[in-house]
Amino acid sequence: MTAPFSRGFRGRPRSAAASGRLPPGQYETREFPVLSAGPTPRVALGAWDFTLRGPAGTTMRWTWDEFQALPHEPVTADIHCVTKWSKLGTVWEGVSLDTLLAESAVRGLAPAPYVLAGCDGGYTTNLPLADVTGGKAWVVVSYGGEPLAPEHGGPARLLVPHLYFWKSAKWIRRLHFQERDQPGFWESHGYHNYGDPWREQRYAGDE
Amino acid sequence: MTAAAATPRPAAQRVAWRTAVVADIVPETPRARTLVLDLPGWPGHRAGQHVDVRLTAEDGYQAQRSYSIASAPEEARLALTVERLDDGEVSPYLTDELRVGDRLELRGPIGGYFVWHVAIGGPLLLVGGGSGIAPLMAMLRHRATAPGTAPTGAQRHIPARLLYSSRSWDEVIYRDELARLVADDPALEVAVTLTREQPEWWTGFRRRIDRMMLAEVAWPPAERPHVFVCGPTLLVEAVATALVALGHDPARVKTERFGPTGGAA
Repeated sequence: MTAPFSRGFRGRPRSAAASGRLPPGQYETREFPVLSAGPTPRVALGAWDFTLRGPAGTTMRWTWDEFQALPHEPVTADIHCVTKWSKLGTVWEGVSLDTLLAESAVRGLAPAPYVLAGCDGGYTTNLPLADVTGGKAWVVVSYGGEPLAPEHGGPARLLVPHLYFWKSAKWIRRLHFQERDQPGFWESHGYHNYGDPWREQRYAGDE
Repeated sequence: MTAAAATPRPAAQRVAWRTAVVADIVPETPRARTLVLDLPGWPGHRAGQHVDVRLTAEDGYQAQRSYSIASAPEEARLALTVERLDDGEVSPYLTDELRVGDRLELRGPIGGYFVWHVAIGGPLLLVGGGSGIAPLMAMLRHRATAPGTAPTGAQRHIPARLLYSSRSWDEVIYRDELARLVADDPALEVAVTLTREQPEWWTGFRRRIDRMMLAEVAWPPAERPHVFVCGPTLLVEAVATALVALGHDPARVKTERFGPTGGAA
């Protein structure tokens, strides 16, 4: 369906740098907006841990110090929020999910086709395993060279830049691998189950 | 925030784009306008939800933004209150260019978390800054019009308090309507803080919302109020953090943030 013109609307000059990097319906921002559904949880690093749990209940747990001892890698990515802003070339550092899974495999933890991420504050989000393996997802602890600020998800958040940013769960504490897909928080509140920005999968029912 | 329910949903219907016609434009403040829209076939909404608005330029370029719905579900027309951002791409068009009779594309309603309905009950604590009052106003309007709660007896109204932060008196959105609502309803209290400029006669708060102000205005945590906070990020972050520090259950504090990381109202 062709959209009707908006009389007198021209829009901003289209930026050459952004062209090709902005998914449909997105605009570029140089700021870093904060969006979350409730208060920002705060956890002491001494009380922080990170857990992977396999479908059979096998778990792998890291304390903050243990987690920081894992190999970290830098990630530069464009991020796209379902509320329409995109931020290009953001720089993060963290541990690849591939690394976490390789460490876990030694302990007999095998993943399953679906992942449910759980966070401080009760937030959850769901992803297919294929979207968090193969160099597509990280648990990041720094942004722009600084420790990740609490309002941006610190001490650690998931980073899955190829999906809308609500999938990059803030304040992440655990990943549960499951045989069945289970909708997370926004996925149960009218948002799309998968959330590919290039297909503009914002809301439930978007194709 | 509560963990999501695991109940599988039925196959969702696509939230379709619709074409609204601008029926009225109400100036609210020097920078804010309310767009009153005719929207045949609107499926209805809950107070607190928002819509996506899409503008299309002649060369096909499109821009989308989200705006909270300010009207109650009971109202026949949909109202969006838009604040002009000087460096904005969409808001100056909506506040300065759009005329009565123009068409406007939108889809919604969107969002199933930052919502309130009389059946959820109270007490209700609303904290807003700037145009962040829009979804809170939808809740107050809904509360005032919902069948069975008004106007048969004031004691049947759900107790509600609004704490609203504005830069100046001139920028208080819905000022007259709020005064009318309060006058008609002993169960509703409205407190305003003016953070930058105050009229000479002003005796109210004159600072950004802080913990002490919230302790004074909000119900004690033991009353277990349903809390909705909407405004610029800095305001929302400060208010939500202070409420938790005061002992409010984080799961009952629902937030909606907008705008860039810019200053609080």
